[in-house]
Amino acid sequence: MSSKVLDALKAVHGGAIDSLETQHGDAIAWIKRDHLLAVATWLKNDPAMAFDAPVFVTCIDRLDWKPQDVPPGPQVYPATAGWSDDGTKARFEVVYQLRSTTHRYRLRLKCAVPEHDARVPSLAMLWPAFNWQERETYDMYGIQFEGHPDLRRIYLYEEFVGYPLRKDYPKEQRQPLVRRDDLPINPIKSPAAGHGGHR
Amino acid sequence: MVAPSTTEPGSRSLKQLVLGRKDVQDLSDNEQELPPDLMTVNMGPSHPAMHGTVRIVLTVDGERIVAGDVQPGYLHRCFEKESEHATYTQVFPYTDRLNYVSPMINNCGWAMAVEKLMGLTGHIPRRAEYIRVIVSEMSRMTDHLTCIGASAMELGAFTAFLYFLKCREWLYELLEKVSGARLTHSYVRIGGVGKDLPENFHADLTLCLDQIVKIMVEVEGLLNNNKIFRDRMAGIGAMTKEDAIATGCVGPIARSAGVDYDVRKDYPYSVYPELEFDVPVGTTGDCYDRYLVRIEELKQCIRILRQCLQQIPDGPVMADDPRVALPPKAATYNTIESMIRHFKHIMDGIKVPAGEAYAFVEGGNGELGFYIVADGTGRPYKAYVRSPSFVHLSTAAQLIHGHLIADVVPIFGMINMIGGECDK
Repeated sequence: MSSKVLDALKAVHGGAIDSLETQHGDAIAWIKRDHLLAVATWLKNDPAMAFDAPVFVTCIDRLDWKPQDVPPGPQVYPATAGWSDDGTKARFEVVYQLRSTTHRYRLRLKCAVPEHDARVPSLAMLWPAFNWQERETYDMYGIQFEGHPDLRRIYLYEEFVGYPLRKDYPKEQRQPLVRRDDLPINPIKSPAAGHGGHR
Repeated sequence: MVAPSTTEPGSRSLKQLVLGRKDVQDLSDNEQELPPDLMTVNMGPSHPAMHGTVRIVLTVDGERIVAGDVQPGYLHRCFEKESEHATYTQVFPYTDRLNYVSPMINNCGWAMAVEKLMGLTGHIPRRAEYIRVIVSEMSRMTDHLTCIGASAMELGAFTAFLYFLKCREWLYELLEKVSGARLTHSYVRIGGVGKDLPENFHADLTLCLDQIVKIMVEVEGLLNNNKIFRDRMAGIGAMTKEDAIATGCVGPIARSAGVDYDVRKDYPYSVYPELEFDVPVGTTGDCYDRYLVRIEELKQCIRILRQCLQQIPDGPVMADDPRVALPPKAATYNTIESMIRHFKHIMDGIKVPAGEAYAFVEGGNGELGFYIVADGTGRPYKAYVRSPSFVHLSTAAQLIHGHLIADVVPIFGMINMIGGECDK
């Protein structure tokens, strides 16, 4: 069922695709960032696809990704998409999960995003549910969604420094909204974080 | 005669300073009407009608809402960050605290996502699958009972609230017998469930369901055609079918708007294909339809539970797979191999092969999904929860638009935003 979607996607938007894969029955399509909006618009409006229902948006930070016990093979896991020539992987993957109510298809769109240029086109105009979920992803990972109508933090407060779900944000890091002088200042330990320390 | 006011040009009275306006007698004729400006009102974060804690910044024109900025996040407890640092089994207590009115469904959802990654889907013992369905449906009942009861109370129907919370308490007592905890069960395990059902469970559940059926007749009599209840619910917060789909609504909210989508029917999992039940679908998508859909789902839950009690087979409740099952206690204490396995299992966690999967179940509020990225270790590399409450809350601003401030209460009650699930 899901391979039908991937085949159609390849036939119509072959140039926009980095790679296609299926994992545990979930269809995954890696889309080039510049084509994401066009592919998403087609997926929503084409009657044979009709991905009318948004499911979720999130992001994966591959900063310290070291998979263990992966069977040896030519394919670089997770997918060939997002790897540059020098063997480094784009740090972020923005993930969009879609569902079609008429055909019961499910599809996961992925978009590789490098750290120095962490932006993707916003799909909130196509699926209103992504408005808040893109805000959440921005809040947690610092991905800039271009064209989003209202890109603000949603769970955290505006004064929060850094993006807590990034792998270089320490789990023990505390940022109380009201400063407590009796507590020791706890700067972000990792130099890679680069978002400033305790306010 | 000297005027009592000593106001001189340039100076302002205290009242003027505080209110920013002139005294009434100083107003011209057309100024004496109420100010036409929009007013900003804060509702929450600590408000009795805001289930959990959520803040709405309302812009009101008189009593009518023209804009609402809904701000969640006051209950954010870093579910995803904590999960990345916990073993797969240690995540279960965190999932209990997502939707804390139906924790068993969250447990099942997490277990199913991990099992999908391990290729265990379909290899869970049938008795365990039935137990999962039983506890899930009981949890769905507690969810709906709380939602309807609390909403009725907020509209003044205190009796319905007390009746339904009594019912919920019976179910909690049973779940406590099953799992050992009243609210945060942590009962489901990867590969099965923690332990078998207690003695006399069949009789207890049958008795409990019989009592709930009786109570539901009474509560429906109190609410269904109650003039106050209907006036406050019917036509309030209505949503079209197209809007419900595009805004990502699922569960009772989408179904009340006519979207025929139930994960249990559309993407069947566990033993739901063997059970007979109907999916109620509404037409108007307003608060009253959401109430009716939930009432009907309660009846369907009872129907499912009765079938489960008849069909549940005997057998083990844990998959016989050394990757997920702990060795038996006797072996752990008597053989070194089992003891090492037990130690590795607890300390390193269940080894899940590298990959990613999204598994979803029908939660109390709709499609509840877990998206896990595994890197081959005992801890998830990423754990994301697709919480229906968060998506539903994002529609709240649109639903309350144009309604009165008092209508925020039933709209919020029927959205059934659960703070723990929404704020993660």
